[in-house]
Amino acid sequence: MTYDVIIIGGGPAGLAAAVSARENGAQDILILEREKELGGILNQCIHNGFGLHTFQEELTGPEYAARFIDQVRERNIPYLLSTTVIGLTQSEEGVQVTAVSRENGLMVYSAKAAVLAMGCRERPRGALNIPGTRPAGIFSAGTAQRLVNLEGYLPGREVVILGSGDIGLIMARRMTLEGAKVKCVAEIQPFSGGLKRNIVQCLDDYGIPLKLSHTVVDIRGKERVEGVTIAQVDEHFKPIPGTEEDYACDTLLLSVGLIPENELSREIGVELSPVTNGPKVNESLETNIPGVFACGNVLHVHDLVDYVSEEAAQAGKNAAKYSANAPARGEEIPVETDGAVRYTVPSRICPQRMEEDLVLRFRVGKNMRNAYVCVAVDGKQVLRRKRPVMAPGEMEQVKLKKEDLQGAKSIRVCTEEA
Amino acid sequence: MPTIELTCISCPLGCPLKVETDQDGKVLGVTGNTCKRGEDYGRKEVSAPTRTVTSTVKILGAAAPVIAVRTKTDIPKNKIFACMDEIRKACVKAPIHIGDVILADIAGTGVPLVATANAEKSA
Repeated sequence: MTYDVIIIGGGPAGLAAAVSARENGAQDILILEREKELGGILNQCIHNGFGLHTFQEELTGPEYAARFIDQVRERNIPYLLSTTVIGLTQSEEGVQVTAVSRENGLMVYSAKAAVLAMGCRERPRGALNIPGTRPAGIFSAGTAQRLVNLEGYLPGREVVILGSGDIGLIMARRMTLEGAKVKCVAEIQPFSGGLKRNIVQCLDDYGIPLKLSHTVVDIRGKERVEGVTIAQVDEHFKPIPGTEEDYACDTLLLSVGLIPENELSREIGVELSPVTNGPKVNESLETNIPGVFACGNVLHVHDLVDYVSEEAAQAGKNAAKYSANAPARGEEIPVETDGAVRYTVPSRICPQRMEEDLVLRFRVGKNMRNAYVCVAVDGKQVLRRKRPVMAPGEMEQVKLKKEDLQGAKSIRVCTEEA
Repeated sequence: MPTIELTCISCPLGCPLKVETDQDGKVLGVTGNTCKRGEDYGRKEVSAPTRTVTSTVKILGAAAPVIAVRTKTDIPKNKIFACMDEIRKACVKAPIHIGDVILADIAGTGVPLVATANAEKSA
């Protein structure tokens, strides 16, 4: 049989895409999830703060996931767990998905449309070039989170955290609550990429120092981490001699960024953005491969799960429409960026195919106050919105109107300083 | 007069607040805020700060060794570690479902500790 829509990944993006695909007429849907449960990374994010936009209440990660898992079950949308997709290729029907599981062995599915919802993974230590030995006791913050929250295992007693991403901040609090001593969080940038509320409620509440413009310059220990050296860095991120401080610790956590997981996307020939490391998509969240859509953290790393769900619902809807009647692709206009705008999703827009309103999401490259977000079509400004504050850690969005883009030859999104 | 410095978390602006109190800790005034929410936050944060505590408790008879829990509502901030002491001692048996009460009144706060995940009996 040929599925209408196959969804790769059963986390927040895959779940919302599946529900929306069904709501928009797709009958035969299949979700493929490599873990033992649906819900993705939300299962280990046991802290609260999820869902304020979607449900107007503050939920924990597993509670937020459960709301969408219930919706999938109510609609009897089939899913396979402990099933890893290992291949994705184009076929006559659309796409061919190769998956393996312990129970079923090798399986090959065909579908008219596919939604990429594989999420992201953490940047590993190897990508960081920290000198020193390679003892046990160095974890990514997300690995530590999994060990503590799902496996009931505290990976260390005396902890230093490198990087002030939100997962690192959350883990500083979590390990403190479990009785570990978190000595400091070192951040190489002069500002934190984490949310303000996390700095206050995860560090300030527990007296954990945040050392901005600092990095780890040495790791000591042979079998197990025994200590690290932290130094201040100059504006070129070079350590400043004489600023070194030694910290005795048995654990170093790394919270230094997330990378969308796009091996499968590459295999099928999806064009990736060098800025987001995620697929380049058009207004329908469709990649350059017809019938292959992307959403959530595999597309670009989000700050709030609410936006993942919104975006995934769009991708699911468009995949359902495509599977019913693959629409002709019109001319797509690239979205140019300027000022502090690092990228936009989508990065191409077909004005004929877009809906009345289109949410364009982006991130800025620096902290800005009282700046403006501007959109120009063919050199003429169609939108100018004031933003009291913009930060690299927080996703921005503007709504484009179909009427503004008719007959457009170029679209440009930029920031203007006050 | 004692002054307490805080970062407002009511919105992404993150205004630096200064909260002035008298000797008994009574709030006299908030400065540095740019809106009413900032003043409210400053007053509450100094006079009666509260937090939701999320953690895990041991579970028997399930596939995983622990299950996620939360205080159903905010509790006083100075009760966080008393709350964690009780959480660490608690142990439940599968099955447990979202919203199930794990402890009826945690650390004398009057607030229940509830499950935030589902765990079925393992075969």
